[in-house]
Amino acid sequence: MAAAFGAVFMRDILQAWRRRSDWLNALVFFVIVTSLFPLGVGADPKLLKAMAPGVVWVAALLAAMLSLPRVFGSDHADGTLEQLALAPQPLPLLVLAKVSAHWLLSGLPLALVAPVLGLQFGLEGTAIALLFVALLLGTPCLSLIGAVAAALTLGARGAGVLVALLVLPLYIPVLIFGAGAVEAWEAGTAPGAYLSLLAAGFLLALALTPWATAAAVRVALE
Amino acid sequence: MAIRIFQFSSPQTFYPLAGRLIPLFWVLAALFSAAGLYTGFFVAPTDFQQGEVYRIIFIHVPAAWMSMFIYLVMAGWAAVGLVLNTRLSSMMAQALAPTGALMTFIALWTGSLWGRPTWGTWWVWDARLTSELILLFLYLGFMALQASIDDPRRADKAGAILAMVGVVNVPIIYFSVKWWNTLHQGASVSLTRAPSMASDMLTGMLLMALAFWMYAIAAALMRVQSIILERERHAGWVKDLLEPAAVKGSP
Repeated sequence: MAAAFGAVFMRDILQAWRRRSDWLNALVFFVIVTSLFPLGVGADPKLLKAMAPGVVWVAALLAAMLSLPRVFGSDHADGTLEQLALAPQPLPLLVLAKVSAHWLLSGLPLALVAPVLGLQFGLEGTAIALLFVALLLGTPCLSLIGAVAAALTLGARGAGVLVALLVLPLYIPVLIFGAGAVEAWEAGTAPGAYLSLLAAGFLLALALTPWATAAAVRVALE
Repeated sequence: MAIRIFQFSSPQTFYPLAGRLIPLFWVLAALFSAAGLYTGFFVAPTDFQQGEVYRIIFIHVPAAWMSMFIYLVMAGWAAVGLVLNTRLSSMMAQALAPTGALMTFIALWTGSLWGRPTWGTWWVWDARLTSELILLFLYLGFMALQASIDDPRRADKAGAILAMVGVVNVPIIYFSVKWWNTLHQGASVSLTRAPSMASDMLTGMLLMALAFWMYAIAAALMRVQSIILERERHAGWVKDLLEPAAVKGSP
C-alpha cells in the first residue's frame, strides 16, 4: 500500500514538474491579490498591519481554490482516475496521495511566500513566524477539504465557479483560526489555542475527507 | 409496519399519498399560523424595552429554527438515499433544499428588519447572523451542485456527499464564528434576550414554529410531487396519470 501511495504521489509531482507554470500561476496569483489590497485601501501602516493576517489568509484560500480543478481534472479526462478506482489498493489512500501532492505543490509554496508578504504589510518577528506556522497547519486542511469539492464537481457544468461556491463556506473555520492566531498575538493574547484548533481541524480532515473524496470520485465515475 | 414504510418508498405509491397529505398540512399550517399570529399580535404583552418592534420575533425565530432543522432533515434524507439507494429519499432531500434556503433568507431578512430599530444597524457581524449567512451559502451550494449535474442519480449522490460534509461542518463553523466574534469585540451589541420571557410570547413563538413546520412539510411534499413527475415522466403510471383520456381512447 505504501508503494501505491508513493507511486501516485511521485506521478503527480512529476507531472506537475513537467508543467511548472500551472502551479506557479497560483502562487503568482496569491502575491498579486495581496499586493492589490494596499492599493485599494491605502498605505496607512497601522491599517495594513491590522489587515495583514486576514488579507494573506483570504488570498491563500482563493489561491488554493484556484488550483483545485487540477487535482482530478486531467486524470478524469484521460481515464487514469478510473484505473485508480479499479486498483486493488483502497481508493481513499490513493486519493490521499494525490491530495498530499497537491498540498506540496500549492499549499507549501503559499506558506513559504507568506513571510515576505507579511513583511510588506509591516508584521514583525513573532507575528510572521505565527503566520507561517498557521499557514503550514492550515493549508493541508484547504487541500483535504478542497479535494472533496474538486471530486464532486467532476463532470459538472461550470465546474470552476461551482467549486468556489461549494468550498469557500467550508473553508471559513480554517480562515478564522488561521488569521485568528496572528490577530490574537497582535492583540496581546496567547495564539496557542488557535494553532491547536488548526491542528485539530487538520487531523479531523485527514481522518474523514479521504473517504468523502473517494466516494465522490466513485460517483463521478458512474 | 416496516413493510408499509418500504411500500411507500416507491415514487409510484408515494405520489398519491403525498397528494392526500398536502391538503392536511396546508390546513394545519393555516390553523397554526392563525393561532400563532393572534397570540403574537393581540395576546402577547408589549416588551418593556423594545416596545412593539419585538413582535417580528414570531416570524424571525421560527424561521431561524426551521432553517437549521431543515438542513438536518435534508442531510438525513440525502444520507438515507445514498446508503439505501432509494430514489425517493434523494428526491425528498432535493425538495427540502429550496424551502430551507427560503427559511434561512427569511430569518436573515427579518433579523435585519429587527436590528435596524433596536440596534440602529441593518447588520452586525454577530456569531448567529454570520453562521446563518453561511448556512444560506451551504444551501445554495447544495442546490447549485444538484442543478449542474445532468444525470439525476449522480446529482443525488454528489449532493448527498456534500450535505453530509456540510452537517459535519455546521457545528465547527458555528463555534469558529462564535470564537471569532469574541476575539473581535467590535460591535457592542448583545443579542441575548432577557432570560425570562412572558409565557404568552413563548406560546406564540411555538405556535408559529409549528405553522412554519407544517408549511415546510406541505411545500416539500408539493415539490417532491413535481420532482417525481419530472423524473418518472417516462414511466407508464405517470403517463396514465397525466393523460387518462388518451389511455382510454387508445385501442
